[in-house]
Amino acid sequence: MSQTTETQAGGALESPAAGKNQSPLASLDWRQYIIYIAFAVVFVVFAVLLRDDGFLSSNNLLNIARQTATITVIAVVMTYVISCAEIDLSVGSVAGLSSVCTAMAVSNYGLVVGVLAGLAVGVAVGTINGGLVSIFNVPSFLVTLGMLGVAAGVAQWITGSAPQPIRNDTFNLIFGSGNFGPIPGLIVWSAIAVVLGAVVMKKTQFGRQVLATGGNRTAAEYSGVNTKRIKFAVLMLSSVGAAVAGMLYAGRLQSGRFQWGEGDELSAIAAVILGGTSLFGGFGTVVGTLFGALLIGLINNGLILAGLDSSQQQVMRGAIIILAVTLARKK
Amino acid sequence: MTDTRESTRPGESAPSVVQMSGISKAFSGVQVLRDVDFEVRRGEIHALAGGNGAGKSTLMKILQGVYTRDTGTISLDGLQVTLGTIHDARRAGIGMVFQEFSLVPTLTVAQNIFLTNEPRGRLGMLDDREAVRRAREIFDRMQVEVDPRARVGDLGTAYWQLTEIAKALSQDARVLIMDEPTASLARHEADTLFELAGRLKADGVSIIYISHRMDEVYRLADRITILRDGRWHMTEKLSDVTPDQIVEGIVGKKLDAAMTVAAGSVPPDGPVMLEARGISSGRVVRDISFELRAGEIVGLAGLMGSGRTELARVLFGIDALDSGEILVKGRPADLSSTRSAIRSGIALIPEDRREQGLVLDHSVRDNLLLPLLDRVRQGPLLSDRRGKALAASLIGRFSVKAANPSRPIRLLSGGNQQKVVIAKWLGTEPDVLILDEPTAGVDIGTKNEILGVIRALADSGKGVLLISSEYSELLAVGDRILVLREGSIVDDLMRADIPDEEHLQLSVQGVTT
Repeated sequence: MSQTTETQAGGALESPAAGKNQSPLASLDWRQYIIYIAFAVVFVVFAVLLRDDGFLSSNNLLNIARQTATITVIAVVMTYVISCAEIDLSVGSVAGLSSVCTAMAVSNYGLVVGVLAGLAVGVAVGTINGGLVSIFNVPSFLVTLGMLGVAAGVAQWITGSAPQPIRNDTFNLIFGSGNFGPIPGLIVWSAIAVVLGAVVMKKTQFGRQVLATGGNRTAAEYSGVNTKRIKFAVLMLSSVGAAVAGMLYAGRLQSGRFQWGEGDELSAIAAVILGGTSLFGGFGTVVGTLFGALLIGLINNGLILAGLDSSQQQVMRGAIIILAVTLARKK
Repeated sequence: MTDTRESTRPGESAPSVVQMSGISKAFSGVQVLRDVDFEVRRGEIHALAGGNGAGKSTLMKILQGVYTRDTGTISLDGLQVTLGTIHDARRAGIGMVFQEFSLVPTLTVAQNIFLTNEPRGRLGMLDDREAVRRAREIFDRMQVEVDPRARVGDLGTAYWQLTEIAKALSQDARVLIMDEPTASLARHEADTLFELAGRLKADGVSIIYISHRMDEVYRLADRITILRDGRWHMTEKLSDVTPDQIVEGIVGKKLDAAMTVAAGSVPPDGPVMLEARGISSGRVVRDISFELRAGEIVGLAGLMGSGRTELARVLFGIDALDSGEILVKGRPADLSSTRSAIRSGIALIPEDRREQGLVLDHSVRDNLLLPLLDRVRQGPLLSDRRGKALAASLIGRFSVKAANPSRPIRLLSGGNQQKVVIAKWLGTEPDVLILDEPTAGVDIGTKNEILGVIRALADSGKGVLLISSEYSELLAVGDRILVLREGSIVDDLMRADIPDEEHLQLSVQGVTT
């Protein structure tokens, strides 16, 4: 009977030696670390091929880190969303909306109100996304696909498509234009996001419950995890993270504009998946995501230095991502 | 046994359609079927019975071409056949009405009936109108009312089953296998099914009817074959056999000798841990009242669909209470969610450990700690050291055989996975423990260990509610057994008042002797 066969299948797999002597595990490990291997390989290849184009100059390396900073912030929170078996497609346009709201509020009411306005955008969108997904069980793909259009449309509408300059130097310095000591502010922001994200994911009850919800929602619910609240929290986090990223765009480019962040959702998702987070939920690694984002930044930078035109860059970038994800696939 | 076989083999009144002889089958060294004979005649309804693990499903899967036999022969209409694949069997006229329905909910009834076998019009295009017409013909022949254009997902389970049968008939099935067909049907729906079975029989279709329900078997079947422990036990005309003889044939004479758990001594005036007062929920739990004392193991017996699992879900806050009251340790308990049930001191070890109990891809340790995260926390952070220590102590206490607790739990055997599910719950120190089929799919040695753990838990002062389909298990550890039928408690038996397994089985099936 089916029960008998199930026991046999399980029994065959288990043996006292299973913990020590296994060659399959070795290859599995290799697949888990593919992102770090890929990062190292691409770095070395560029370092050798592009050594005359200034790839290894500290200026260029800092540039890579700065250019990936906003994507990194978005990708860190996206790691939570995806490992919870949800998706958020609205992050790019939420960043844009946050940038224009912040810019308008900073100009009219000053720094504090500006920052609060940006965060309010994140909270408002997060409430709608999270509420629809967790209370009404609408698939997050559809909710956030709709929200992508809504947020982008609102941002364009309230600004009449015009860029909103920010002349508040304090804001610009804090959010991306300035340095903290010798370190560019953007790098500090993304470092904070990564450290906080990694610790919360690995070391807190919330992180563990996100993974359990993504891995098997029924089992998590039966284990006493409030999976509705977890789904809500994750989508809220995602929108607020996107809003912060929008403020970083505004600070770095000293203006708010509805196009800021356009298409970032796809780069962020690519970074998360490259980093080794399961697209089907249950596994998430924030450090992997950081390297996924850095790898994308590295490729962009290297291909520009190599003198490829933008169409060739797109082809190369796509091919490298497909290759890395294919190699990382578990059997 | 073999010497009685010749004498009980019935005379050749109708030609046999299926003749399986000397069938044996082993899975990775475990012999599941030994030299089994099985014969079905034209236009006969033949019941196939046996306990869990008796080999019914394996025998039927061999007939359907899902498994290939190790030895023996199969003849259809007197011609020897091989039945290497499901398609072979289907072409040979063997149809299966699946227990888990094999329909695509988003397609219509007609589209499902002709799936992979669609009527085609000119240019090879699918002809849905022709499919609907032919589906109507089949339903007319069955004399039932089903709209072939309705989407299967919009219909009730009774219609799913009729669609399954129509699908088998559309492929000219001469032998229909029905596995517990009434499990998910309401009474009047079951009556429709029985009438249909009678008409099909008159049409010359043979039906192999697998059911635990004695009344159905007597109502429908002409003959019964009983398998026990993978061997043919008997084949008899139902007119020549009593329910007692059938039950005895299924369970064997004595209690399973391997099931030996010392009976506990329930303090008769122990505090009441859980009390249900007239609780009802949905369609399946109706006005249930009972008490569960500290140190007591109460078994819940009943057939599939009798409301056992649903009762557990209500007690654990998964399904809402429509009326009635639940008290834990004398105080009304808030059971609005699983979290509040846990806070009230209730734990549920769910029926399906893969779907409901575990995150299979996560490690043994993470699974163990999931409901216990509060206890491994240091400030806002989880402490690795405490987590490892707590997991190790649970693994030791329940002797889980896991070489490395950091490895995914799906690598453990079913029995060890089940121990993890139990261990994870006991970490929460519940007052009331509900176990739903805790030994399903577990080998006999581990089964005994798990039963021993359950006994020890009760002895440590917890109240235990044990749901099980295995009567021997209920009798081995239960202090008291409640029998559920159609969502109500119909019997409340002290262990000492139950002389043997047959007695319990008869009570569950509502056969009065």
